[in-house]
Amino acid sequence: MSYLTESFMQLLGRAPRKPKPEEYTPEVKQIHFYKRGEKVDLEAIRAEHMGHKSHKWRNRRWATLISVNLLFLVSYYFDVQLLEGALTGSRFIGFHMADLNSALQVMLAYKHVVLNLLIGTVTIFVLWFLLGGRTFCSWVCPYHFVAELAEKIHLKLVERKLIRNHEFHRGVRTVFYVVFAVLALVTGYTVFETVSPTGILSRAVIYGATLALGWVAFLLLFEIFFSQRAWCRYVCPIGMTYGVVGLLSPLRVVYNVEACKHEGECRKVCEVPHVLEPVIKGRATDVTVPIGADCTRCGLCIDACPTSSLRYEIRGLNKVL
Amino acid sequence: MSDDKPDNADMPGSVVAKQVPPVVNRRKQQQRRQFLRTLMLAAGVVGVSSMGFIPVARSWNPRLRPPGALDEAELLAACIKCGQCVQVCPVKAIKLADIMDGFGVGVPYVDAREQSCDFSCDGLQCILACPTGALSHKLNYPSEVRMGFARLDRPDLCLAKKGEGFKGKIRGPEFDGMFRYNEIDRWKPQRIRDQEFDLEICDLCVRHCPIEIRIAQCEAGEPPSGDINQCPPRHAIELRPVDEGDGIRRMRPEVLDGCVGCGACEMVCPTSPASIVVDIESMVKRV
Repeated sequence: MSYLTESFMQLLGRAPRKPKPEEYTPEVKQIHFYKRGEKVDLEAIRAEHMGHKSHKWRNRRWATLISVNLLFLVSYYFDVQLLEGALTGSRFIGFHMADLNSALQVMLAYKHVVLNLLIGTVTIFVLWFLLGGRTFCSWVCPYHFVAELAEKIHLKLVERKLIRNHEFHRGVRTVFYVVFAVLALVTGYTVFETVSPTGILSRAVIYGATLALGWVAFLLLFEIFFSQRAWCRYVCPIGMTYGVVGLLSPLRVVYNVEACKHEGECRKVCEVPHVLEPVIKGRATDVTVPIGADCTRCGLCIDACPTSSLRYEIRGLNKVL
Repeated sequence: MSDDKPDNADMPGSVVAKQVPPVVNRRKQQQRRQFLRTLMLAAGVVGVSSMGFIPVARSWNPRLRPPGALDEAELLAACIKCGQCVQVCPVKAIKLADIMDGFGVGVPYVDAREQSCDFSCDGLQCILACPTGALSHKLNYPSEVRMGFARLDRPDLCLAKKGEGFKGKIRGPEFDGMFRYNEIDRWKPQRIRDQEFDLEICDLCVRHCPIEIRIAQCEAGEPPSGDINQCPPRHAIELRPVDEGDGIRRMRPEVLDGCVGCGACEMVCPTSPASIVVDIESMVKRV
């Protein structure tokens, strides 16, 4: 239960807290005890792990993301009716699917719910509940993809000390969530859709370039020169929605403390590093710790980890696999 | 905060007096900066998205909406901006609005002059495709649609009004517009530019009116899809003789209350600009 509360509070924007002594299991206490006694030469470990480079999950993810978005285009272009519509609302071989946040905005603004929309919403809810919630962000959202590329430029500039990253308070995403919901309800317009780079990009991929891409370009420049991954980290209510959907999801990333050398490579590549707080030395409250709901299941940390301390897990299926 | 104490404790030591003044706790300062930054981000994003209201409130881009569209404000609320209606239209009449439409971004519209709706799907496919009811599922037949209302905007240009005929291709060899000519292919809309006309007096608007075409089919005992419900109850347009006392045989297209505002007449009108145009339903004052 406390894992769930902590996971939810982090989603809302609370900084991860240090666990209290009574929260640690005896097993992990022992591991922490031994690790404290060990002499650690972090430089040597880093040097030893220098050669570790894997892009397995990133490549699979990019392939999936590109395929899904291209499937929309191909389906329309060749009129094969496989995946019709855009990411905000679609039909997969005839089955309705509706992006949860877009559907919510429409329901609040229009104040009627058509059965098809409800069916689409439930379908998508079940789908992303099973697949991990924010999995949508890193495995499907086209903005996530371009933002990932922009992030590489940002990090290069930071490394050369040409710019520095400006962080915001993560709680502002919760504020955005509430503000956009209230705006939809009060004004009767789906205000968020006007600026949603996910919708804009998805439509542009399918129906052709628009001026709205200028806004997406502005966001990317903002992220390159001012604040790393700002939209996904601090603004996007879509990510927030899927985060909540993924709170109890069976698919998640888990951390095992035993072999971990605590170099922190995983935290460097993570879009939402606060979820990786348990990998800090002495923070894991159990031998294996599930990563919180704000995690996008992108797998960059799994790729980055030289000791295989992070991996995907499907709860309940592990014994089978 | 406990971090303050060491700084304050150093205060009396005047040797380092120059470095002492910044007693402000750095962490606190950073937090304050972050807070202000966050406030600006919130104001910025909410501000930019709210700007989408301007084009809507000022009606910058009055749009002809697809069949079955709810009233403008409701349409913008109910539409999920997915474009499924775009994908099913056999003549590609539906387009999605861009960011200059503000809150209307991604909402479907029809540019009738470029490509009007011609109901060649018969079944109102766009309405069936709509997942949110923004295109109202209450409509079943083309004659129930009311996108707008046609009006003879430039009687001085109208060929029929001038007593002139029409010969050749409608709107030239470059025009991409499509129309379903039943007698050519019931299932496949044709390029309008591939059709040749030779009319004694121009009646292109009337002969391309999907409602009039349906009425003619019904009168011939062949209602569309064999369904008599497809038969429109009222006429939409007809040519009426006009006598200007100069002996020239003139006709004038008269729009009747069966007009659904699909815009086919506007698309095929050979004058430039179009003599007949569709007034958008939301802009028409209802009696």
